[in-house]
Amino acid sequence: MLPLAFLGVFFAWPVVAIVGLGFGFGAVERSGAVWPVLADPRTWDLVGFTLGQAAAATALALVAGLPVAFLLARCRVWGTGLVRAAVMVPFVLPTVVVGLAFRALWPDGGVLPIVLANAFFNVAVVARTVGGLWARVDRRAEDAARALGASRARAFTSVVLPALAPAIGSAASVVFLFCATSFGVVLVLGGARHRTLETEIYLRTVELFDLSGAAALSLLQFAAVLAVLLLGGAARRRRERSLALRVEAPRRPAGGEWGVVAAAWLVVGALLLPVVGLVVRSLATDDGWSLAGYRALAGTGERGTLAVPGWQAAVNSVRTATDATLVALVVGVLSAVVLVALRRHGSWLAETLDTALMLPLGVSAVTVGFGYLITMDALPGDFRTSPLLVPLAQALVVTPLVVRIVLPVLRAVDERLRQAAATLGASPWRVWREVDLPLAARSLVAAAGFGFVVALGEFGATSFLARPDAPTLPVVIARLMSRPGELNSQLAYAACALLMVVTTAAVLLIERLRVPAGGEF
Amino acid sequence: MLRRVLTAACAGIALTACSVTAGDPPPPGERVVTLVTHDSFAVRPEVLDAFKRETGITVKTLASGDAGELTNKLVLTKGNPIGDVAFGVDSTFASRALGEGVFAEYAAAGADRGAQRYRLDPPDRLHAVDVGDVCVNVDVAALRDKGEPRTYADLADPKYRDLLVVEDPATSSPGLAFLLGTIAEFGESGWPEYWSKLKANGVKVVSGWEEAYTQDFSGSSGKGPRPIVVSYASSPSAEIGDDGAPRTKALLDTCYRQVEYAGVLNGAKNAEDARKVVDFLLSEQFQAEVPGQMYVYPSREGVALPEAWTKAAPLPDEARALPASQVDANRERWVQQWRSLVQG
Repeated sequence: MLPLAFLGVFFAWPVVAIVGLGFGFGAVERSGAVWPVLADPRTWDLVGFTLGQAAAATALALVAGLPVAFLLARCRVWGTGLVRAAVMVPFVLPTVVVGLAFRALWPDGGVLPIVLANAFFNVAVVARTVGGLWARVDRRAEDAARALGASRARAFTSVVLPALAPAIGSAASVVFLFCATSFGVVLVLGGARHRTLETEIYLRTVELFDLSGAAALSLLQFAAVLAVLLLGGAARRRRERSLALRVEAPRRPAGGEWGVVAAAWLVVGALLLPVVGLVVRSLATDDGWSLAGYRALAGTGERGTLAVPGWQAAVNSVRTATDATLVALVVGVLSAVVLVALRRHGSWLAETLDTALMLPLGVSAVTVGFGYLITMDALPGDFRTSPLLVPLAQALVVTPLVVRIVLPVLRAVDERLRQAAATLGASPWRVWREVDLPLAARSLVAAAGFGFVVALGEFGATSFLARPDAPTLPVVIARLMSRPGELNSQLAYAACALLMVVTTAAVLLIERLRVPAGGEF
Repeated sequence: MLRRVLTAACAGIALTACSVTAGDPPPPGERVVTLVTHDSFAVRPEVLDAFKRETGITVKTLASGDAGELTNKLVLTKGNPIGDVAFGVDSTFASRALGEGVFAEYAAAGADRGAQRYRLDPPDRLHAVDVGDVCVNVDVAALRDKGEPRTYADLADPKYRDLLVVEDPATSSPGLAFLLGTIAEFGESGWPEYWSKLKANGVKVVSGWEEAYTQDFSGSSGKGPRPIVVSYASSPSAEIGDDGAPRTKALLDTCYRQVEYAGVLNGAKNAEDARKVVDFLLSEQFQAEVPGQMYVYPSREGVALPEAWTKAAPLPDEARALPASQVDANRERWVQQWRSLVQG
């Protein structure tokens, strides 16, 4: 019940309220008609472009992410821990900064940089989600296939790939949703030529105050997202089954596997290029190299552009991200457990809940944010201006990720293990603790780490809700970027570097906390 | 099992509450006024502290996006506003807020010291706090050989082909101001033709000020390729070189005036103190902060400007402006027309 209540209060209610307002249920003037928007062919161009660029970016992220997932899950080579941290860094970079970095390479913007930038952000999702399952898939089946004469490629396509399919499906749907609703990147790189439903909803809500048009587009986006989720769900369902999960110790790659490792390193290198560019930018000034931007982190920018010093914003970031991760873990793990239980009885309820949990990724942050304004005053203490709203809104984004990372592992747990434990007299709680938890522990930690990083970098909802006296780092960076003055832009890039350092530190710390391999049985 | 899960959930939520509210518990019985503002609001904490010492009122700010977003949020929450006072609704959006009855009537103290110059209809609801001009900026060194343009019409001169970068009026507020400036200059019938000329002359359109100023403009830290950009009259004050000379310059014949207003919100929970905050925003003390903190000019007369401003950022004597009601009535149509003309 808790997941549903959370989703209902902090997602469904505000969204329904604001869309309803657009349809004229409420007392705001200027409510034009909704239907003409749907009849306009330009609207369908938007739909086409939105889905097309998201599909292309998803495919690219999968191609780039799978070798990295292999490296992280299976290989014992030097530097894997660093790769694990490095691959997460792009995820936290503010979209405006990445947009500007890609725009420096493609000054006129266009479709290609949009697709590349969206893929850039999401390689980590594939690497994490697929890697989580890959590390636990029994290696013996693959070895058996090889022993029976299958080539490495054949063993991969007929044994490994089917086993990974649920995680790949999970990753693909999350990436697709992130790409379909990416806002900053499309705005910076697409200008007015390439627009998506998301940027158009933002424009109509925020600049034109055309709530009816925004409502119509929100419904379209909602329908598209729902269709993708149902398709993805159907694909996953056909594939999902119990797997023999074990703790597979990573080993040194052999033969052709080195090729995959090289590809993974190549991907990581490509991901780090814009990152290195940002660091260089934070150090380069008119008069040569300088640490002025970093020194300025102790202050509030040129003539007090910021309300708090840069380092204080970093503390705020860590604090809200911690809260968001805790909420998301509680809600996400409960949901995953419920989903597995429901699924065992083949319930349609499981499908509905599963889809519902993903929807927050597919709905515009503006829609949710404006929805909060007209609903949250009904909660005790006028919740609209509560500082709690920031971590709760971030948790809304993080929860689906937690579910998607933990669920494939939980579902793959062999039901016979559970039955055996129950037969031996274990209570359901005990079964969960002794069977599911140890098998899922690693992916839980991975989910926590990933969720934390996502919350650190979250900008859309945060910029809507953060109080000026408690901004997070991405909010501070956006503010600095919108001011003239060399010191301000210097400081913005230094703040990016700080954000990357905090991210890397968080990922490395969580690596330390990982359950030691092999000790679980 | 259920009980343990619930316990865990409650513990999680309790932990959350701890780490969030660890910040600042407001002492009971304190007089707090919530000031809803745009994201660019900035004031030194000392000034707010002094105001609190004088009046006992704590001002809590609530940033709510740019001028347009702020206005829309105020309209959505009219009747049960998210604060007591709002600051940052500008001359392009003012008539939307006034038409929706967002603001309450109040004759502010100090409004007669200059703010009345920017009075709107109906009077005594919104009070001008600051004035900012959107002007074309140029990179002085890069144009030394060609000579600087002076007027809107000059920008269409083939001499300046491929040198101008502007912001999209649909996504950027300086972009909208520049479009409105050209409409004020060439009139409802003449502006489309002017923009066709600009397009033929290689104007580049980007979605926001950040890209235009920090990436395309050659006079900023980004060292882009284009020496002419739409920015603010005050921007050159941030581009003063080590020799003390400004590297960029605002063209004072290409300015469009944006006035930012403050007012007491209808339905404010703390209306009495809210009025004092409006008075404070118009006071000498606060107005002196305006240029240094927000890069705009005070609405009050006789407030000293920072030294860099007198050197690099004079306020144009005559900037273009359209009546708020005309802008509100036509904004969408103009922007649509502009889109099909320049980007179609």
